[in-house]
Amino acid sequence: MSQFEQDALLEKEMLAANKRKKAWRWLFISGTAFMVSWIVFPIYLLVVSALSSAEVVNGWPKAFVPEFDMETMAFFMNYYGVLDALKNSLIAAVFTMVISIGLGTPAGYALARFEFRGKNTFRLLILLTRAFPMPLLALPLAVIFINIGLDDTLFGLSLVHAALALPFAVLITSSLFMGIPVELEEAAWVLGCNRWQAFVKVVMPLALPGLTASAVFAFVISWNEVFAAAVLTINNQTLTAFLVQSLSSSPAEVKFAGGLILIVPAILFLFVVRKYLFSMWGIANR
Amino acid sequence: MNSKTYPYLLIAPSILFLLAFFIYPFIEVFLQAFTTSDGELGLANFDTIFNDFNFLPSLSNTLILALVVVPTQLCMAVGMSLMISKMKKGRDTVLYIWTIPLGISDLAAGIVWLALLDQNGFLNSFLFSVGIIDGPESWLNYNNPVAIFAAIVFAEIWRATAILLVIIVSGIGLIPKEYYEAAEIFGANAWVRLWKVTLPLLRPSLQTALILRTLLAFEVFAVVMLLGGTNMPVLMGEAFNWAFEYRDAGAAAAYAVVILGLSIVFTLFYLKVLHVPKEAQV
Repeated sequence: MSQFEQDALLEKEMLAANKRKKAWRWLFISGTAFMVSWIVFPIYLLVVSALSSAEVVNGWPKAFVPEFDMETMAFFMNYYGVLDALKNSLIAAVFTMVISIGLGTPAGYALARFEFRGKNTFRLLILLTRAFPMPLLALPLAVIFINIGLDDTLFGLSLVHAALALPFAVLITSSLFMGIPVELEEAAWVLGCNRWQAFVKVVMPLALPGLTASAVFAFVISWNEVFAAAVLTINNQTLTAFLVQSLSSSPAEVKFAGGLILIVPAILFLFVVRKYLFSMWGIANR
Repeated sequence: MNSKTYPYLLIAPSILFLLAFFIYPFIEVFLQAFTTSDGELGLANFDTIFNDFNFLPSLSNTLILALVVVPTQLCMAVGMSLMISKMKKGRDTVLYIWTIPLGISDLAAGIVWLALLDQNGFLNSFLFSVGIIDGPESWLNYNNPVAIFAAIVFAEIWRATAILLVIIVSGIGLIPKEYYEAAEIFGANAWVRLWKVTLPLLRPSLQTALILRTLLAFEVFAVVMLLGGTNMPVLMGEAFNWAFEYRDAGAAAAYAVVILGLSIVFTLFYLKVLHVPKEAQV
């Protein structure tokens, strides 16, 4: 075989390889695009429904572009009970946030900074909560709450939501504090701070973004929770409880607008905490 | 106060809280389930639910749904994680979009899919515009159990694959690159590397992911209420009905015990099947 023939053969092979690579690349990109639209397109259609006039929402056939008509949203906001439910959802979510961060942060700090007897047992208890369908615990608690006067209160509900969110708060904050060098604290002690001062002045500022993330996460857990909310609230319904309990009676406008109102804050908040999504699941593997 | 007591002071609030709102209700749910209406221990509540005509359908619906949805999601999540790990440009954006459903409750997901599959919904509008159907057609009614089931499967896959994705992506991140390099030197192609390197080393993540996801599948509730209504009973929905509609806390607690039992059985199953000896972990 001459040099020239060899070169030609090589070139042919490279061309073929190139073609295969291009085909793969094309397949890869279209696969990614398909999965992106699989996620986004249904949400887009909900937006189209929620931003349409009542006539279009109940009409046929549907157009695939939004009219940006606020009639459905306005109808939803004026629908009896919706504003209260929205307010209740916010209150319960804020309570949940405060309880789970308030209790979870010290525990996370203890896990990150101290070696102590029972540390593994405590960690196991935290992980165990995730091996159980926690919302179910709303059923016995509904009975207990009646006895102690917490039935149908947002505080009672947020206690259950905090039980859902607390394990996440502990795990996120402990990985957060592990990421902050203990030397910084030790330097503060040397300079005359006590443990508490060192924590507030040195660790807190560094941990703040992560703490915000776990607070946001607690908020979303409460905001989205359906079962416990529906079981535990009757007159003080949250938005999810309101929507579930009035499924058969509420018109389509209320469902679609309600769905949009439920989804929007969750998407925004997730965007804020996206960096931390992995730190909290990463350690769950261990 | 010496530094030995610090950690206990710091974890005490969480422990007390979990004792009050996790351990105590957990015990209480069993007590309520096994206590009859006149306050004696007994199986009357289980008699009530086992003799209810909705019990067996709800049990089988929940199990079949989990059996269809969870494996599909696992395959999708592994595929998507591999795609993510191959990405250079736009990785973060794609990952963010793929994890959006993480923030979407099953209620909201049910509403989204209702907008699509409703009688007047987008799917029918599309089928109408391309000439397949002549007018609004109702798919999601009791004549069409298969359609209802399929709708719920789609909604569940859409909503809850993200949680598996996040766990598996972070699991793949833990696998050292050297393993792949070594495999490549020994001539393993991409397919062999997937089966001989990635998946075996991913076992701890797969275990976590499967346990979490299967438990969530047993808790499926609002999606089913929206898309199936009373035509497709599931365990969690029955628990809700007994607690909320029929005001029978004992029967609801009995349903809760059934769901807890299933969860424990499946958790133990995954722990056994995907067991990873400590020394074999990455």
